[in-house]
Amino acid sequence: MKLRTIGRHLREGLFSLKRNGWMTFASLSAVTVTLLLLGVFLLLAFNVQQFSKQIESQVEMNVMVKTGASRAESLELERQIKALPGVGSVVFVSKEEGFDQMKEKFKGYEDMLAGIEEENPLPDKFIVKAQDPLKTKALSTQIAQFPIVDKVNFGEETVDQLFTATKFVRNAGAVFVFGLIFTALFLISNTIKVTIFARRREIEIMRLVGATNWFIRWPFLVEGFLIGVLGAIVPIGVLGFAYNYLVDKYPSLLVFHLAPFDPLVFMVGGTLIGIGALIGMAGSVMSISRFLRI
Amino acid sequence: MRKWCVTLIEMHDVWKTYPNGSVALQGLSVRIDKGEFVYVVGPSGAGKSTFIKLMYREERPSKGAIFINGFNIERLKERKIPLLRRQIGVVFQDFKLLSNLTVKENIAFALEVIEASPKKIRNRVSEVVELVGLQDKLNALPNELSGGQQQRVSIARALVNNPSVIIADEPTGNLDPDTSWDIMRLFDKINQRGTTIVMATHNREIVNTMKKRVIAIENGNIARDERRGVYGYEA
Repeated sequence: MKLRTIGRHLREGLFSLKRNGWMTFASLSAVTVTLLLLGVFLLLAFNVQQFSKQIESQVEMNVMVKTGASRAESLELERQIKALPGVGSVVFVSKEEGFDQMKEKFKGYEDMLAGIEEENPLPDKFIVKAQDPLKTKALSTQIAQFPIVDKVNFGEETVDQLFTATKFVRNAGAVFVFGLIFTALFLISNTIKVTIFARRREIEIMRLVGATNWFIRWPFLVEGFLIGVLGAIVPIGVLGFAYNYLVDKYPSLLVFHLAPFDPLVFMVGGTLIGIGALIGMAGSVMSISRFLRI
Repeated sequence: MRKWCVTLIEMHDVWKTYPNGSVALQGLSVRIDKGEFVYVVGPSGAGKSTFIKLMYREERPSKGAIFINGFNIERLKERKIPLLRRQIGVVFQDFKLLSNLTVKENIAFALEVIEASPKKIRNRVSEVVELVGLQDKLNALPNELSGGQQQRVSIARALVNNPSVIIADEPTGNLDPDTSWDIMRLFDKINQRGTTIVMATHNREIVNTMKKRVIAIENGNIARDERRGVYGYEA
């Protein structure tokens, strides 16, 4: 494409925004609202995602060794567990350490434990985390099969519920994002349809005198692109300020920490511009194809 | 491309049935050579418009072969259609001018959208403007012009990229008799300079006075094809 032609397409696209002033305004506001919702949602989703990861990563299992087992057998077991695929971390807690921890818990009531210190009844144990928290259950059954393992605890029911919840949040998020993107796509393509309709005579003449389809398409692509990108500016500003304020004011809510402003807001901002531009151009393509059919 | 050959338009056993079932052409064959001036006459609904539209590939034939200036219409890919259109000028009854552009801009438009250089556009525009006699109306808007002048603008636009043929669909349909004659004399002048002209018309007086080849289409086929023919229908 020649430079002169690129200039023409840009000029035509810009001019069209101005010429269809009210329509441009209408679709700009629609895109703004959609992208604002999308942005709020992305920030929320990212934080929820991080939160669920944080919770999930706390899922660990206690592997109890049979009481009669020797220290050497315990160490052999540690090697075997570490060799299993998908194991994240293995921490050995000897029965002496276990007893010390128990003493910490019962601080002030050490008398209660006095008689049993010599015959420590606790077993050696391992605290094991899976690389992927969602595979904890599968890993626990594998570990339970070693002969010297007494039992494996990881609060199965609670963990199951937790995973169901985080999975639901993620899926609902994806559905919501797609819904919003389609709405914006529809709105932009409607605007472009109006501008194409206003220029159908021009398009007809262009086709008659031998303009290529791409030559005809470009100004509308520029227009859609601009609507999408301009529509992203206000949401990015609003979200940036609001999120900055939130992070300042409530660095942590209960046990949960908000993800830091940088880079999250920049990532979301970039995503909004990208999505705006893409749906703007896709909207143009959708509405113009009908007019270019021969 | 068969640039060397004298045949400009060739149709062989062309049929056209529209999606709604109406049959417009039934086995029409015709040959038009370079430099000819051809009237296409016939009652409304006989297939004239379809015949014309097939030439600039606005419609496709349902069956049959069509060659336009060396393009095989049957094999012509959609994205190559613009190349065909650049060798054809089309003129309509309703002028099809852009009302927000001046005379000069309307004519230049045809060259701008095929990415001609500004220098070429300037030169060609002043050439054709002189040919159609609108030198002093260059900066007028279409609605400041008479019907005849508007038609001259549209003829200038059709001519500006030097087409081999001008296809005109009822070019005098909206004009009074005197103006129609002016426009016809302009078409004749363009034809004298070597451009082929194919014109669908209902104007009996013009066809019978300015004698040219007449192709009469009835019931989707050619009923008459005469070298220096007459209109032959009751007006």
